[in-house]
Amino acid sequence: MSRFRRSIFAAVITSLMAVPGWAQTTILNVSYDPTRELYREFSAAFTQYWQQQTGETINVRMSHGGSGSQARAVIDGLDADVVSLALEADINAIVEATGKIPADWRSQLPNNSAPYTSTIVFLVRAGNPKNIQDWDDLVRDDVQVITPNPKTSGGARWNLLAAWAWAEKKFGGDEEQVRNYVSALYRNVPVLDTGARGSTTTFVQRGIGDVLLAWENEAFLALEELGPDRFEIVTPSISILAEPPVALVEGNAEAKGTTEIARAYLEYLYTETGQTIAAKHYYRPFKPELVDPAALERFVEIELVTIDSFGGWAEAQPRFFGDGGIFDQIYQPAN
Amino acid sequence: MSGTAVMRFRQPSVLPGFGIALGFTLVYLSGIVLIPLAAMILKSAGLGWAEFWRIVGDPRTLAAIRLSFGASLLAASINAVFGVLLAWVLVRYSFPRRRLADAMIDLPFALPTAVAGIALTTLYAPNGWIGQFLATLGLKVAYTPIGIVIALTFIGLPFVVRTVEPVLREFDREAEEAAATLGATRRQTVFRVILPSLLPAILTGYALALARSIGEYGSVIFIAGNIPYVSEITPLLIVIRLEEFNYAGATAIAAVMLAISFSMLLIINLIQAWSRRRFGHDG
Amino acid sequence: MTVENMLVPSAAGTAAPNRYEATSETRGVRIVLIAIAVLFLALFLLLPLAAVFMEAFRGGIQAYFAAITEPDALAAIRLTLTVAAIAVPCNLIFGVAAAWAIAKFEFKGKSLLTTLIDLPFSVSPVISGLVYVLLFGAQGYFGPWLSAHGIQIAFAVPGIVLATIFVTFPFVARELIPLMQEQGTGDEEAALSLGANGWQTFLFVTLPNIKWALLYGVLLCNARAMGEFGAVAVISGKIRGLTNTMPLHVEILYNEYAFSAAFAVASLLALLALVTLAIKTFLEWRFADGIAAAGRSH
Repeated sequence: MSRFRRSIFAAVITSLMAVPGWAQTTILNVSYDPTRELYREFSAAFTQYWQQQTGETINVRMSHGGSGSQARAVIDGLDADVVSLALEADINAIVEATGKIPADWRSQLPNNSAPYTSTIVFLVRAGNPKNIQDWDDLVRDDVQVITPNPKTSGGARWNLLAAWAWAEKKFGGDEEQVRNYVSALYRNVPVLDTGARGSTTTFVQRGIGDVLLAWENEAFLALEELGPDRFEIVTPSISILAEPPVALVEGNAEAKGTTEIARAYLEYLYTETGQTIAAKHYYRPFKPELVDPAALERFVEIELVTIDSFGGWAEAQPRFFGDGGIFDQIYQPAN
Repeated sequence: MSGTAVMRFRQPSVLPGFGIALGFTLVYLSGIVLIPLAAMILKSAGLGWAEFWRIVGDPRTLAAIRLSFGASLLAASINAVFGVLLAWVLVRYSFPRRRLADAMIDLPFALPTAVAGIALTTLYAPNGWIGQFLATLGLKVAYTPIGIVIALTFIGLPFVVRTVEPVLREFDREAEEAAATLGATRRQTVFRVILPSLLPAILTGYALALARSIGEYGSVIFIAGNIPYVSEITPLLIVIRLEEFNYAGATAIAAVMLAISFSMLLIINLIQAWSRRRFGHDG
Repeated sequence: MTVENMLVPSAAGTAAPNRYEATSETRGVRIVLIAIAVLFLALFLLLPLAAVFMEAFRGGIQAYFAAITEPDALAAIRLTLTVAAIAVPCNLIFGVAAAWAIAKFEFKGKSLLTTLIDLPFSVSPVISGLVYVLLFGAQGYFGPWLSAHGIQIAFAVPGIVLATIFVTFPFVARELIPLMQEQGTGDEEAALSLGANGWQTFLFVTLPNIKWALLYGVLLCNARAMGEFGAVAVISGKIRGLTNTMPLHVEILYNEYAFSAAFAVASLLALLALVTLAIKTFLEWRFADGIAAAGRSH
């Protein structure tokens, strides 16, 4: 037994020593679904930048999935150097479960560690045949709404909160009516995909539903990838300021000796290049002054509420999306 | 290990290699299957009974289990009917491309489930090849429980066919001839003589298809609407619980599923024991 | 008996000749039954398969080859092949050992052992992945120890291999057990009495008797190993180019609106399934007599 254990140790030590020798340094960015195109371009730009700065060739690997499932994977040991997820709550879950991210991660980078923001808009079919203009149209009997499951998709949580924010304003804070509105909204949802991308595919490719509640960037991308003649974007009267945060997973990066690169990677998001790439992929840059104004024209002014009006994620997460929370109550059969 | 202990444990045999073969089997089985499953049961046992039942008795969990069971039962029943028919046609009749048709039966076995799921969704979505015709009839298949039944029918298709085929092939035709000679109509012969003796094989295939369908994930999630209480299958609920960081919930539901799998296997074994006693061959 | 019946050579018999006039259906009934059977097969099997290939080539042949030679796709293909190359031999050795113990000897608890070997077949793939996360994940039982020693199992190739082994666990064993049970121990006893040792007996007597069944088991084990989705999805971490298997890559491409590319990779998997079936059918046709003889010899 002891010899077996010693041979494992030996194997491990050799492999640890061997890694820097034969493989280039690799960092892993664990991200959520709609950032695929953004980070593909950004990682390439950063690799180039890093080589110019240090002469070192590095490799940035990507993993994409639903924000919640990605956080779960990091908690279970997926060896991420940086995480770029849909919500603060998902990063907080990693903080609580593993301690690999310091509790004050939000203060480590500008704008609460959110280098870009987005919002929730409506994607409708060309010509807007159902004449969907604002949130109240979504509960009409003849309208089918596509949105993913807020339990597994970060974007879907922003969707629900945006709807809630509108209803709260409309009904003057009467919670009973707000709840009824949101329940009616979800009764119009025929397919509840697990991730934002799944919902977009259902709406766009399968032709299900009349309106897709989508990240603004996702809506623009769908327009670009799948034909501007087939869909159009409707901006509701009120929406939510979504701040997808990024964080350094210190526990993992320190163990691998990649802290410096990983930190530089995140900081690079805030540079002119990073902000321009974000804007190009339809995210609203945190520092618009660094970006060519032409690239910003497509972003329409919307009245945006923030997560703080829900008491921050620490309060909103359990209240709306926790076990037995508001979302669970919506789906409970009335009896 | 003393020789006498081994002797009592197994009947004597001149063949060598029992110890090493059984030893390796047990170690491998424990390492790959039993210990991991035990770890999961241990984890769910850590919940305590009250909490365990609260999770399992949750209406949403029950709805998911009911759906998984209902859809699997329906799919297995469809397969039982068409499986017998297919086996009959493949064994008894000759027609062009019969061998090709026979080889095709195993396709659901070899085709990756995710590929099957995407392909079926492409076909049955309202704008798909089949879906658009059904849509004009006002019938929705993809993103409803019917879609789940379609996917599970696909997955379970080979089971009944492949269990019934060999039995049918070895079926004693003299019994049929005797029935015919004694004045039975063809229909009577089929329903009174042939089908009853195929019954164990049909039941075995049915139970196998059922066991496989209840846990199926890859092919179903693409075509199911995944709406809680309506089209959310149990394996998906496990994944959802996991992604909510709710390990306790995930393992509790998984433990129930595991118990179901195990009882399905026991039922299959019972059918076969019964069949051996009654008909002298396996199902 | 159970799984292995799927794998039983189906060509052992041929279609009935027409001499059974009295015990056959009328021509009309026959045609209707055949038509229903063919229609059912076309609807449930051929059409999905056709859909995969149609969608794969929608973007043209060039797009098809571009999709399957793209670096991430190649990495996924390589990983899938690696995983199968480890998982299948493991289950092959296990299958032979288990079949030897179960089929050639009588001992207590045999039926329980057989049931346990079948268990992975009916366990949901999701659970198969979950159990390894519970064991080897950072929050799992062995997780802290493993990470303290720098060993990655979950979200790395070892985890994917384990989940794949779990899912394909019974295939070879359940193929061999009934056949070897039926063959009995007479041949082996004769060889031993003629002075052969254990290994020689196994290699020159048992192995030739079971080779076709073994090959079937390996073929189907391999097809399942390469195509597994649910179990691998839970434990893979989906790192592009690193822990992304072919079925996961299909899902990723599908989620990137690269539908043709997704179906292109899917078509490779479908092709693999077809090749598996073709080899199986060819073996049955070419060696039908040998298989039937092996199946019946005592």
